[in-house]
Amino acid sequence: MLGKTAGGLYWMFRNLERAENTARLIEAGFRIALTRSTDPASDWRSVIVTSAQQAAYEAKCQTYQSTQVTEFLLRDPSNPSSVMSLIKNARDNARLTRTAITSEVWGAVNETWMRLCDQLSAPVPDTELPKVLASIRRQSALVRGALHGTMLRNDVYDFCRLGTFLERADNTARIVDVKYHALLPSPSFVGSKMDNVQWETLLRSVSGHRAFRWGSDGEYNAANIANFLILDRRMPRSLGYCADNLVDNLTYICDQYGQETESLERAHAIDSRLRGRDIHEIFDEGLHEFLSTTLIHLGELGLQIEKDYRFFQ
Amino acid sequence: MYFCEMTAGDGVRGPYADYDAWFAQQDNARLAQKSREAEAFFRQTGITFNVYGDKDAEERLIPFDLVPRILSGREWDKLSRGVDQRVRALNAFLHDIYNRQEILRAGIVPIDLIAQNDAYLPQMMDFVPPGGVYTHIVGTDLVRTGEDDFFVLEDNARTPSGVSYMLENRETMLQMFPELFSKQKVKRVSDYPKNLRASLEASAPPNCKGRPCVAVLTPGIHNSAYFEHSFLADQMGVQLVEGHDLRIVDGHIAMRTTRGFKVIDVLYRRVDDDFLDPLTFHPDSMLGVPGIMDVYRAGNITIANAPGTGVADDKAIYSYMPDIVEFYTGEKAILKNVETFRCSEPDSLKYTLDNLKDLVVKEVHGSGGYGMLVGPAASKAELAAFADKLRANPANYIAQPTLSLSTVPIFTEAGLAPRHVDLRPFALVSPEQVNIVPGGLTRVAMTEGSLVVNSSQGGGTKDTWVLED
Amino acid sequence: MQLFVTHATHYTYDTPVVYALQKARLRPSGSKLQEIEAWDLTVEGGKIEAGYRDHYGNNVDLISAEPGTQSLVITAQGTINTHDLAGVLGPVYGRAPLWHFQQITPVTRLTDEVAAPFLGVFRAAPNPIEGGHALCHEILSKVAYDTDKTHAATTAQEAIAIGHGVCQDHSHIFIAVARQAGFAARYVSGYLRIDGRVHQDANHAWAEIHVPDLGWVGFDVSNGISPDDRYVRLAVGRDARDAAPISGLRMGNGGEELMVSLQVQQ
Repeated sequence: MLGKTAGGLYWMFRNLERAENTARLIEAGFRIALTRSTDPASDWRSVIVTSAQQAAYEAKCQTYQSTQVTEFLLRDPSNPSSVMSLIKNARDNARLTRTAITSEVWGAVNETWMRLCDQLSAPVPDTELPKVLASIRRQSALVRGALHGTMLRNDVYDFCRLGTFLERADNTARIVDVKYHALLPSPSFVGSKMDNVQWETLLRSVSGHRAFRWGSDGEYNAANIANFLILDRRMPRSLGYCADNLVDNLTYICDQYGQETESLERAHAIDSRLRGRDIHEIFDEGLHEFLSTTLIHLGELGLQIEKDYRFFQ
Repeated sequence: MYFCEMTAGDGVRGPYADYDAWFAQQDNARLAQKSREAEAFFRQTGITFNVYGDKDAEERLIPFDLVPRILSGREWDKLSRGVDQRVRALNAFLHDIYNRQEILRAGIVPIDLIAQNDAYLPQMMDFVPPGGVYTHIVGTDLVRTGEDDFFVLEDNARTPSGVSYMLENRETMLQMFPELFSKQKVKRVSDYPKNLRASLEASAPPNCKGRPCVAVLTPGIHNSAYFEHSFLADQMGVQLVEGHDLRIVDGHIAMRTTRGFKVIDVLYRRVDDDFLDPLTFHPDSMLGVPGIMDVYRAGNITIANAPGTGVADDKAIYSYMPDIVEFYTGEKAILKNVETFRCSEPDSLKYTLDNLKDLVVKEVHGSGGYGMLVGPAASKAELAAFADKLRANPANYIAQPTLSLSTVPIFTEAGLAPRHVDLRPFALVSPEQVNIVPGGLTRVAMTEGSLVVNSSQGGGTKDTWVLED
Repeated sequence: MQLFVTHATHYTYDTPVVYALQKARLRPSGSKLQEIEAWDLTVEGGKIEAGYRDHYGNNVDLISAEPGTQSLVITAQGTINTHDLAGVLGPVYGRAPLWHFQQITPVTRLTDEVAAPFLGVFRAAPNPIEGGHALCHEILSKVAYDTDKTHAATTAQEAIAIGHGVCQDHSHIFIAVARQAGFAARYVSGYLRIDGRVHQDANHAWAEIHVPDLGWVGFDVSNGISPDDRYVRLAVGRDARDAAPISGLRMGNGGEELMVSLQVQQ
């Protein structure tokens, strides 16, 4: 496979994943700002911070209002991380790699793009927002379904998956990091209304509010939530689950190519920091420090994959 | 009047008899629905092309018409023999003008026509491409004016495009109307990608060991024909590469893969000559492969089509094609040329200026229907303006009579309506043989009365059937 | 005359090279003007990827720099026996036809007005050989030799306006005028032994025109003579770009420095 093709597949799925995550963040932010908040500006600000775009946003807008934030995150063509830009980029990458993907995957990505071009052709009013966001998530699921159902399990598939899980791990780590203060066990706030709101937002940001209830004996506390999002390998958006998959997909590639790469070593390193751990141990170590280090490791892994598999040179 | 290929004279022509019977039983509303489905399918599949300088509609569909263009086996035999002969002559001509130039010495083609031709590449002189093949793929544009009257309108010897539409149109017809194909035996076109690959492989450099590695070179996803590039690479099962995927490794062109560099033996390039090699041609080109001309001349890669083939599809050279065919094959040309007035010649210029309103005038190096004048359709002011351009640079133009192009009906909500068509069969040339896929691309002017079929000017396409007689 | 040539071209890069190519026309061919006794092309910090004869019969080597290198040295070295035939190469033809050398290229294009006085001088002579010499003289008097006033991309027309130039500019003007006069003319790059000076810092260049019945005849405008046995022909073409001893291309940023060391001695 061409290095450029591997890079195109990887970035197509990073972009799709990021678009989906952004939609989810907006959804969680929208919900909290609309229903529960006493300070919506601060909630919207937190959405922007979580998507790692504070500087870019503040260079354009002075205040944090729902219409501005959603416009910036959904439609703004000058924002390379707006959903529209991400989907366009994903589709360009799909065109670039058309000879590697099935017509089902191409068709799903192309349809996603066509649909969003249509839905995001004008600013989205609050009343339409839930519908548009749901559609983004649905389209995303469609692409995923096409990938799972039609693609050969070879290196092509593995590079797609690497993009997905690297982006997802990065996203989950950032979400938890932005809200980490709400997760720190602090007896005076436990069970207070504020924590509950923050926790729910957090879980909603990763579509995990229902799964959490099923998966963690229902006890709503900081340690359980942190454990669920960081270590619980049953949760498909947890860091542990992502690390598992990064290791698996890199291993498949190494086996197929008959060569060990530094990428695989780095993925193993990330994975072992998340394995056999107790969440309290991580709290003791410092949750914020733990997450920052994870984010750095993920960034390094991304660069190493690019290098090992010659995406650019 | 125009020759209608479906209903000439008193009734339905033979090749269309079965189709006509089928059509009579169809419900217009159902066909209209099918037509919309086809469009949605094309859009979703991304069978689109980009129009240069058209920012609003970055990607456009080429309209597809669901009425096939049908040729009998007998009609096709003659056409394909004519194309075969012409393609061989083109190759012989290219070999000659880049080597001994006998045809210039014999005074059959004037030297100036080569010397003043920007598409003539000195870098190809004194060199023979692997297998002696210059034009691996040729698209010959044909038009018809009567029962037995076919003319060649143009030879596309550099990078003929459109073959993906030929294949997709057939695929679409098979899906929409499978019953049509069980009634009648239509010759298959689906072997084209396989034949293309085999033909390219057969043209590999002689010192290539093992099965030759073929790749398609595209300028990238923003190129107007990107869909076709990726489609052909996909159908042939070869890599689709861009200039920045390639570099020179051990004297060969190699592509960067996830496992290191892999040598390419045959490059089917869809990048124009000017941009092919910044080290040899346009130094600013970002699309090309620096050093590929050196590797080529050293005998380590095949470039298809060979650089410099554009000199043969020049419209001024076209006017000499009957002589060129005779010079190299010793036979009369099977396919007729359209009568052509070279405006570089004073008498022809005078004739052209005097009869501008009845003529089609084309730029010598133009393509895609750009910069041409269709006299009968032009206003007085347009004619006057064009006459000025013509006087300023006569050698840049040729003129041809306005042909009464044949028509084939298209489907409209109101039923069938005649529209003008042309035909581009595709010929594959390898060192051993010329292979012509039975069919080709039928382009159709979608506007009533229009003679311009180019997709960049709003033309559409049809599936083209060649029947087993 | 036996001439020893050592010609080293040394590129130094600020940052390690990612990918760089050089096209070298650094292997002279034998003719009745020169026999190649020994010749060698060596590369340090890179390698020869491919070699072939180009459309003018020049021997070309494609050279790649080793990835990561910061220095590339291309050295041509050898011994050549030369003969003084008053610059007459003779009726020696490759596949490139004479009409090809009558074609005006972008750098050898002169406006009629600028060309007129030169054409006048050339045409006033009784024969093309004397015309060539008169033209050399005319060019030298209008465009004095000066290494600082023009650059590699200066056209013939520009050099005349500047009034100064080097052997490349002189040759381009000569070729431009000869072509306007209807002659096939071409550019020659090569070496020149300079009396009393071993070390030089650049290649030399001159022009050849095709004279009926005589064939190709050389004119070194800068020195006002036809080449003799101090000259080594390296490559020919329609203008300097076609016959450049080295041209290259590099990907990536960072500066590069070029140092030429050339010794021609008897």
